[in-house]
Amino acid sequence: MPLLWLFLLVLAIAAGAFVLARARVMAQAGQDRRTLHSLPIYYGSNAAMKSAIPALLVLVLWLLAQPFYVNNAVSDMIPESAIADSSSRGLILAEVRRAADGLDLAVSTGGMTENEARNTRADISDVTARLSDAGAIVTSQITQPVLRAAQQFRVLNSAGYQIMSAVVLLIAAAGALWGFKETKPDFRARNVVEQGVRALLIAAASIAILTTLGIVLSLVFNTIEFFRLYPASDFFFGTSWAPSFSGRGGSSDLGILPLLWGTFYISIVALVVAVPIGLFAAIYLSEYASSRVRAFAKPMLEVLAGIPTIVYGLFALLTVGPLLVQVFGDDGLGWMQAGTAVMTAGLVMGIMLIPFVSSLSDDIINAVPQSMRDGSYGLGATQSETIRQVVIPAALPGIVGAILLAASRAIGETMIVVLGAGAAARLSLNPFDAMTTVTAKIVSQLTGDSDFASPEALVAFALGMTLFVITLGLNVLALYIVRKYREQYE
Amino acid sequence: MYDIPHHTQETAVTDVKIKAKDVQVYYGNNHAIKDVSVEIENNTVTAFIGPSGCGKSTFLRCLNRMNDTIDICRVEGDILIDGDDIYDKRVDPVQLRAKVGMVFQKPNPFPKSIYDNIAYGPRIHGMARNKAELDDIVERALRRGAIWDEVKDRLQAPGTGLSGGQQQRLCIARAVATEPEVLLMDEPCSALDPIATAQVEELIDELRQNYAVVIVTHSMQQAARVSQKTAFFHLGNLVEYDDTSKIFTNPEDSRTESYITGRIG
Repeated sequence: MPLLWLFLLVLAIAAGAFVLARARVMAQAGQDRRTLHSLPIYYGSNAAMKSAIPALLVLVLWLLAQPFYVNNAVSDMIPESAIADSSSRGLILAEVRRAADGLDLAVSTGGMTENEARNTRADISDVTARLSDAGAIVTSQITQPVLRAAQQFRVLNSAGYQIMSAVVLLIAAAGALWGFKETKPDFRARNVVEQGVRALLIAAASIAILTTLGIVLSLVFNTIEFFRLYPASDFFFGTSWAPSFSGRGGSSDLGILPLLWGTFYISIVALVVAVPIGLFAAIYLSEYASSRVRAFAKPMLEVLAGIPTIVYGLFALLTVGPLLVQVFGDDGLGWMQAGTAVMTAGLVMGIMLIPFVSSLSDDIINAVPQSMRDGSYGLGATQSETIRQVVIPAALPGIVGAILLAASRAIGETMIVVLGAGAAARLSLNPFDAMTTVTAKIVSQLTGDSDFASPEALVAFALGMTLFVITLGLNVLALYIVRKYREQYE
Repeated sequence: MYDIPHHTQETAVTDVKIKAKDVQVYYGNNHAIKDVSVEIENNTVTAFIGPSGCGKSTFLRCLNRMNDTIDICRVEGDILIDGDDIYDKRVDPVQLRAKVGMVFQKPNPFPKSIYDNIAYGPRIHGMARNKAELDDIVERALRRGAIWDEVKDRLQAPGTGLSGGQQQRLCIARAVATEPEVLLMDEPCSALDPIATAQVEELIDELRQNYAVVIVTHSMQQAARVSQKTAFFHLGNLVEYDDTSKIFTNPEDSRTESYITGRIG
């Protein structure tokens, strides 16, 4: 049974339970809703909830678990000898799945009957020919064990889906019956539905948290794998970044310091651009601008935040870089070799961060109570004195939080760096040198034909983990500061 | 129109400090203050009473041009302090506000130390030549605010850490630190408990020695306790302005009588 139908059937059962439970409680109450504990809709919702939620939960879990089970079962069928030297069990299993898909396709187009598809003694060349007739992708690797495994794969899968459909429908029906039986006028359906709503909200919140956890775990295992192949001290304290790709052989230098330095240098340049401009823009918008200017200027500024970073990267590469070369290059001051440099990427990234700083600071400055300003004006202070000496000090913790959030954004930025800062990992103080950052190197280590077992590829996970820890630390610090600030006025 | 105050023995000098004539205030199209004329005397506590929304706070804020910070607000008529029109183009509202101090409904100490709260005004107006003079100004203001004894050992502690009543007295001290001539108070006790209120009221009575004090209050008892003159506002009109004792014992207008006996408001 197709999944969509199963899903709709469960919903139909739930809807039926809703209608029946509602009708039942109304009948029991003699059509007088005043004698009920809850509104009739709650009795219906209770029955619908009890039928749909457990059934759908089982459905999801089953769909997640079945491929594991089937893969393991099929994997056991393939003898070690059938795996060619150049391939792995994973590749063979992919082949099995492809063959099974081909069989499905052949059956559905009529090139093969269901019995033929299941025939374990079928001739391999005949099957192959029929598969290609049906338009399936057939490779030379379909061997007898693979075909056998593919057939078993289909059998297990279809049996699994049939059992799943039966189980899910049974659970839905049982849940509907449970909810229906419970439905009596003095049953506290309203409270039960409230619990259900609460559980739903908790589930939504935990998905977000679990995803974060999953991301961290996927990084952690590969990072541990990397440190097994490459010494951690060389990684954290190495001053040279020179990966040699496994094809060429030789050992690589995978020191993170040049990359971290590039990251911080570019971020600092970006913040030096973004913080004053963003802060001044925020002060103008929140304190000086009339409401009409504000209604127009604030969305305009926030448009900057909506531009994809790759577009900023192009701006850096095509406009800012050449402009800087004209001034600081060989024709000018002679400090700059090429358009790609820390300065190029930093300036453009600073422009990208302006709306971040200004928008957050604007909210924070607006949160400073008007009574503070009144108090200052009442003492004969001018507007800028009030802002400098009362508003900004009061908003400072929040502004620092905003700057830290912008900083973690700058550290994690990739595209502007790839296009604007060059690719050379270098420890240099000259802001007109090309440098590169952690994120840009993660991209370059993982793109192309990389062998996932080599330290050169696995280093990307260690880099990612380092970056994750740094930005997480900055975010936690920012949130802590912002929260501390909030307590002051509430 | 106005009688000479009965209790002249209480007021040292009875010269007119603020003179308002035919003042109109508009918020957009809303005519908030209509034809208000009043003469406020020096060394006197003048109370503005009236039901909510009657315009008493709005009128108070006209006296130091705080309404300038509200875009849609428009003031017409003459307000003279010591004979000078404060709405004259040559008058700098910032300078005016240093001369006409203001204390607000809710205590609003700045998120700075107690010392810096008081020193804020003197610093921006350059009133002290050196640190010692500034220390003197701060101490004098805190003494006038009747809070010196409570905070003299913790001048560097944050002003926001004081209790509500202490914060309000700190704000009064902050206002007197710039040596104003007039002190405007917008319901200064409405956020305070009865004990703190009593302390602030006592302080207001002392401040009368040096300033003309104008206080907006919701509490008729408070007006009766602290003021020598009372103005009753109703729906944007100044209904009656007279000696406090007269207003509370023998009001001329029936609306005033209804308000002070609790039938309206």
